[in-house]
Amino acid sequence: MQDFGAAFGEAFRLVASLDPDLVEIVGLSLRVSVSAVLAAALIGLPLGAALAVARFPGRGVAMVALNSLMGLPPVVVGLLIYLALSRAGPLGPLGLLYTPWAMILAQMVLVVPIIAAVTRQTVEDLKDEYEEQLRVLGVGTAGMVATLLWDARFSLLTALLAGFGRAIAEVGAVIIVGGNIDHVTRVMTTAIALETSKGDLALALGLGLILLALAIGVNAAVMTLRRTAGHAAYG
Amino acid sequence: MRPTADPETGADGRAQRRVLPIRGAGLAIRRAGRVLLDGVDIEIVPGPLTVIMGPNGAGKSLLLRVLATLVPPDAGTVTWAGTTPGRDRAPRLGFVFQKPVMLRRSAIDNVRYALKVAGVPRAERDRRAAEALVEGGLSRLAGSPARVLSGGEQQRLAIVRALATRPEVLLLDEPTANLDPSATLAIETQVRDAHRGGTTVVFVTHDLGQARRLADEVAFVHHGRIAERGPADRFFNAPSSEAARAFIEGRLLP
Amino acid sequence: MRRLGLTLFTAATLLGSLAAAEAADRFITVQSTTSTQNSGLFEAILPTFTAKTGIEVRVVAVGTGQAIKNAANGDGDVLFVHAKAAEQKFVAEGGGVERFDVMYNDFVIVGPTTDPAQVAGGKDAIAALRAIAAAGAAFASRGDDSGTDKKEKSLWKAAGIDQAKASGGWYRETGSGMGATLNTAVGMDAYALTDRATWIAFKNRGDHAIVVEGDPTLFNQYGVILVSPTRHPHVKAADGQAFVDWLLSDEGQAAINAYQIDGQQLFYANAGT
Repeated sequence: MQDFGAAFGEAFRLVASLDPDLVEIVGLSLRVSVSAVLAAALIGLPLGAALAVARFPGRGVAMVALNSLMGLPPVVVGLLIYLALSRAGPLGPLGLLYTPWAMILAQMVLVVPIIAAVTRQTVEDLKDEYEEQLRVLGVGTAGMVATLLWDARFSLLTALLAGFGRAIAEVGAVIIVGGNIDHVTRVMTTAIALETSKGDLALALGLGLILLALAIGVNAAVMTLRRTAGHAAYG
Repeated sequence: MRPTADPETGADGRAQRRVLPIRGAGLAIRRAGRVLLDGVDIEIVPGPLTVIMGPNGAGKSLLLRVLATLVPPDAGTVTWAGTTPGRDRAPRLGFVFQKPVMLRRSAIDNVRYALKVAGVPRAERDRRAAEALVEGGLSRLAGSPARVLSGGEQQRLAIVRALATRPEVLLLDEPTANLDPSATLAIETQVRDAHRGGTTVVFVTHDLGQARRLADEVAFVHHGRIAERGPADRFFNAPSSEAARAFIEGRLLP
Repeated sequence: MRRLGLTLFTAATLLGSLAAAEAADRFITVQSTTSTQNSGLFEAILPTFTAKTGIEVRVVAVGTGQAIKNAANGDGDVLFVHAKAAEQKFVAEGGGVERFDVMYNDFVIVGPTTDPAQVAGGKDAIAALRAIAAAGAAFASRGDDSGTDKKEKSLWKAAGIDQAKASGGWYRETGSGMGATLNTAVGMDAYALTDRATWIAFKNRGDHAIVVEGDPTLFNQYGVILVSPTRHPHVKAADGQAFVDWLLSDEGQAAINAYQIDGQQLFYANAGT
């Protein structure tokens, strides 16, 4: 395939020329996905930690549900959010459809189960170590959730990374609720979908390479943070 | 020398849960068909340094956990200061595990954490934590991540952390089982100092020499029961039960 | 705790910057089709309109079927698609104000240069489809209820062929947009019906070329409709109407006619004819 070579060429040309459209698209991709992951973390971290700590009837069912939701197809989430945000839907009056807010919302819904599930596992492992000590100090359930989350914070970066990976890579949800509107809701993945549908495979692949480089950069940065800051706190 | 704890408030203003005397009555635990505790009656009163002794698997550690309400008994009851323990307030009880649990933060922050849970005001925590580390001889390690300390240092920090809230009673579960002699000596000194300072101590060990060095009182546990209990002198010189006599003489018990 | 505060501050800043980007000036949302977007027409003509009126035009490009549904839900101010019967039904049901012809292009049948059905160079679309069916040559269909898909189905019907029976055999429904379907057709040496504009702008043509063109039945009319502000009070009726009026004006019509790729005109303005 001649497209591979051409793809690297396109990727290099776009980056080297700091193509303003590319900068805009990359910027929006990062803003949407990072916002979605942070918002999802506000829900997913306490939820996962609570599931790890609390014992209640139906906990097993909740965990199966959570793990299954991780596999939710983005296009289904996109449709649900579309139906909710459409002018004909319950949240229509907010006028959020075809805005970055709708994309953040959709990605957040996609990412919450991942963050919650990874958090549950991570926190449960730490709980096995901490539980008796904390209980004997007189720490209650809420305090235990908070302490476990705080002490597992560098391990939990992995949960956020997993969530970010899903958010930045998905196209099915954002193309439905965002509409892939040029200069408004066009992100890396929807731009790739568009260029593919135009048959410009080299450009599409070039954008894909940039997306990959972006993901590698974010992962490397977070892992470095985890190693240096984590060492300072954990030893 | 630590100041004797005020029995009502723990000297923190905010009332902590009073603990002594701890009473266990008819404590029984079965796991997978095996009887681990077989109707134990025991009372921990203010004052003495009690060593709970016995061979491995006798049920010593489990008994200590039941008294601290970490493990609920299948039968029997535990009361603290005459009432049923609840989770409403931090108890005036320190517990030291065989394997110290170090929170992922610095040594001094481990101590600060315990003080915070006990309701010590923020302004006082720093001072109290620093003092506690000085007492435990760990002040030069205050800023080190707790988890990079040596095994002995970690256990000493665990004791400092347990004592920082000025508990009425300190429960220790074989705290020196994994340590070398010099670290063991340091721990024993620390525990003895705490006891002299007015803290009631319950110390679980299977090490006969350690029991001789520390004990005012001995409770000998065998097959899930308290086979014998009494002052250390009498226990070591004239044990009344055959099991205790055999253990002291180093004979193998069935 | 301080670090947590910093994180939250960063999050708030990010969201804030989004909100700033969001607080855009005047804009309308146009539900349109992939064929108009993929051809590059909008990029060429919209800046002129925006410069003149200060109204930004946000285009959501989906299949005609989905575009009409979205507009029926009120998720757009203007509908700009190519399926006349469905558009008229949309207006009759009260979803839109009035339908106007804007422009046309035409459909073409593209196929591999090996031409297994021997249809290249023909001008009769119906005959070509019959030949393809008779030869059992691969044919890639949108199968997505889009304007192009509707057109294609009507051609099969006119040819008296029940192509659905061959679905999964030589008749292959991709259920995708025009570009994806063309990518598939190129990949499996299949014939396909496409609008000329998308084909001219399409870059991954492989060994494919136009095999049938110029048949009057392949005429592809685009219409524009203002979404009913009576049914959907939030519709930006004035700005939407301004866009419709501009498309139908001499200036808008000239802009459409002026758009070319590689020297080829893609759309032919025909408002009011």
